[in-house]
Amino acid sequence: MNFHATTDKQKKKTRRRARPRLTLAAKIGLIILLLHGLVAILGPVLAPESPAEIVSDDSFLGVGECGLLGSDYLGRDLYSRMLHGARMTIGTALIATIAGFLIGMALGFTGAEVGGWVDNAISAFVDLLISFPPILLSLVVIVALGNSLLVLVATVAVIHAPRVARVGRAIAMDVATKDFVEVARTRGEGLWSILSREIWPNTIRSLAAEFGLRLTFSILFLSSLSFLGLGIQPPTADWGVMVRENMSGLLYGSGAALFPAGAIASISVGINLVVDWIVEQTGQEISGEMLK
Amino acid sequence: MTQKLSIENLVIEAKKPTGKWFEIIHGVSVTVKPGEVLALIGESGAGKSTLGLAALGYSRPGTRITGGNVRLGEMDILNLTRPQIRDFRGRQVAYVAQSAYAAINPAIVLGEQVAEGLLVHTIGNRAERKRRVIKMMEILDLPDAENMARQYPHQVSGGQQQRVMVAMAMIDKPGLIVFDEPTTALDVTTQIEVLKAIKKGNREKGNSAIYISHDLSVVAQVADRIVVLLDGRIVEIGNTPELLANPQEDYTRQLLGAVRQIPKVTTGKIYAPRTGEGAGPPLLELKGIHASYQRSTWLHPIPMNRNILRGVSFQVEAGKIVALVGESGSGKSTIARVISGLLPPISGELRFQDKPLPASIRQRPLDQLRRIQMVCQSPDTTLNPEQQISEAIGRPLKLYFGLKNSQRRERVEELLSMVELPGDYADRYPSELSGGEKQRVSLARAFAADPEVILCDEILSALDTVVASAVLEMLKNLQRKMGTAYLFISHDLATVATIVDRVVVLYAGQVCEEGPAAKVFAPPYHPYTALLISSVPELRTGWLEDVLASRQAETGIVHGGMAPRDNGCAFRTRCPLAIPGLCDLQPPGKKILANGHVVYCHREIQELSQ
Repeated sequence: MNFHATTDKQKKKTRRRARPRLTLAAKIGLIILLLHGLVAILGPVLAPESPAEIVSDDSFLGVGECGLLGSDYLGRDLYSRMLHGARMTIGTALIATIAGFLIGMALGFTGAEVGGWVDNAISAFVDLLISFPPILLSLVVIVALGNSLLVLVATVAVIHAPRVARVGRAIAMDVATKDFVEVARTRGEGLWSILSREIWPNTIRSLAAEFGLRLTFSILFLSSLSFLGLGIQPPTADWGVMVRENMSGLLYGSGAALFPAGAIASISVGINLVVDWIVEQTGQEISGEMLK
Repeated sequence: MTQKLSIENLVIEAKKPTGKWFEIIHGVSVTVKPGEVLALIGESGAGKSTLGLAALGYSRPGTRITGGNVRLGEMDILNLTRPQIRDFRGRQVAYVAQSAYAAINPAIVLGEQVAEGLLVHTIGNRAERKRRVIKMMEILDLPDAENMARQYPHQVSGGQQQRVMVAMAMIDKPGLIVFDEPTTALDVTTQIEVLKAIKKGNREKGNSAIYISHDLSVVAQVADRIVVLLDGRIVEIGNTPELLANPQEDYTRQLLGAVRQIPKVTTGKIYAPRTGEGAGPPLLELKGIHASYQRSTWLHPIPMNRNILRGVSFQVEAGKIVALVGESGSGKSTIARVISGLLPPISGELRFQDKPLPASIRQRPLDQLRRIQMVCQSPDTTLNPEQQISEAIGRPLKLYFGLKNSQRRERVEELLSMVELPGDYADRYPSELSGGEKQRVSLARAFAADPEVILCDEILSALDTVVASAVLEMLKNLQRKMGTAYLFISHDLATVATIVDRVVVLYAGQVCEEGPAAKVFAPPYHPYTALLISSVPELRTGWLEDVLASRQAETGIVHGGMAPRDNGCAFRTRCPLAIPGLCDLQPPGKKILANGHVVYCHREIQELSQ
């Protein structure tokens, strides 16, 4: 009996798992992110001046009048501060997001896979954390523990964690009921093995999109904390701080606040372009399945 | 009203995920004469549905019609404007989808959904519409139509939902109806009701129809002519009786050869019993298992009778194939979940290799888990899409036997060749495999553990007949070679009859008959077994009429599809032999016949012989 030699083979998928192609928007997004990444890594080397050094007696000099981008409200070189600020802004946001993700996923996945009272306890804890408005939570923490960099990053991570846990739990729940996960369970696989081998690879795409959005949120949130004066403290160069410092310059026709604001905006746009593409990819996968 | 449909040189393309278009229907020409029922038959991917939908002037997202034309009478369907198409669909042609569950709106009462076609095409006033809806539902044998029109979809059974969908299609008196596998998702017992309703509706309304199916036995009952499709091309067209009796093409013969039937026997063997029957303790034993997905708590007590499984007992002997048959909802899969440890039972005892089997996975030692392996129904979810085949099969090898690298790779390729797949499949991902190949890999993964018993939960039901035949054949061979026991869960009695040693018939969470296959598939039957067996369509025209004529009218019809769950016999509401005052009050007694053949029924064995 070799029926399948004729029939199965006719239908054999010759399609290999092709690398998904980048759209133009995704390419632009990636280029933006790449530039930001380069600046964050090389910024301090490229910067002509120290970020705290007052190089001019005049504040709010225009573009090209002092250094490349002019001077800020104290007469420091704006260009150098921008380059130094990249590392601080992007670095803190990245660390906070990653930390928030690790905690959130651990909570969400465990709840989804273990179920029962463990799931109930985790969900209740997550609800509790979510019920605090983010700004209020960070105000309380910062007032109580001070605004060291560690506290800032940890606070943002804690704000992310329950939200990631919710999304992660929902996605993992969906995967956890699939047959291959049940087979793994009956095989005698442990919790870690099921989470890391069966569930995680099947949630990574949806979570990548979530990661991009959360990273944007981190940057904006840290910037707004800086803007409120609760975040990273002057004279450290940070884009959020720089917007606040140079705000008054807008009254005198200086665009000094616009450069850091524009940098924050551009990285958000870049992340969102890439995230949109990832989301599209997951969608394509589904329609591809349906086509069969 | 009914006009000739002609499809000429139709070419349809589909879009690959990469964005490239390729042909899936290669210039097909078909005509449907007025009042004729034309069947489209073929395997999945042959283009049956695509072609059927094209008759409605519709192409699914990701497909496009690029050539040929479709005409109904004088009308050129492919060149209609949008408002014309809206008027055309529903009034001239209608569509009945495979899954009523997915096609019916769960939040709207059935009557209103049936009336929607009339409403959209502004036919009649409210009272007139209601009258026509109820008349249509009565034509389709829906019981108590007036009342049912006010019910929500979940309040009626699957077969009734499917008939409501047929009513939705027929309500506007279209000249042509496209039925897309309308009975594939149904049990054989329900299938009969729907087939009967479709036939009656077609006859009374005088419409022509395109009937899409992969099941030749079903098509033989309803179609005047059959079109055999393969890969978007017509292989053969013929009148139903002639095509069945005298197929011209090899492929048609192959399809006919793959149809499995319950062998006709009145006494004697179906499948030769092996020697050594009943020697030693059974491999796996279930004693009085009660199980449910809801937990009974102090606050919400759930009576034992509400459970999915209500006192199930049976045995699986080493190296034997035991089938678990019954309609959907009878608890077959729940039994597999209980045995595998995914669902700890509420009460009852599990024994494995003469030792108690702990209820949940966490209490079972790894070596015990290894001995019981599971293969699932759906090829699309049984493998982790992110793991290569080598990983899927290699994992149990590493987990249970600690095989590493080249040793493991070697064994993976060995297992692949065991399930008749090339060794280089190890490097593939599941998305690069067909449904049949995925099920083979899934079996290889189970065999990798070198198990004592494999729980096969409807493993063939998602496959095409020809592919399923090949997998079934392979299963038999492997069983002979490895001596593994199978618990073979299936609603397809014809498949079961060809391979199993013992059969356990399940109804509403209780065993109603069990015994050697040869005994269960021959009289005397439990009335439920008799119903199941007589409902399996035979590959000949006129079978449906014969069955309906010989059958008492009341069997098969259950309001809402729910079996009574009390102390009495669960089957009594459908049983032609039910004794009022006895069957509804007392549980049926156990009647033991020869060779471990057991029937649970109030009637005497002599009375069951017909």
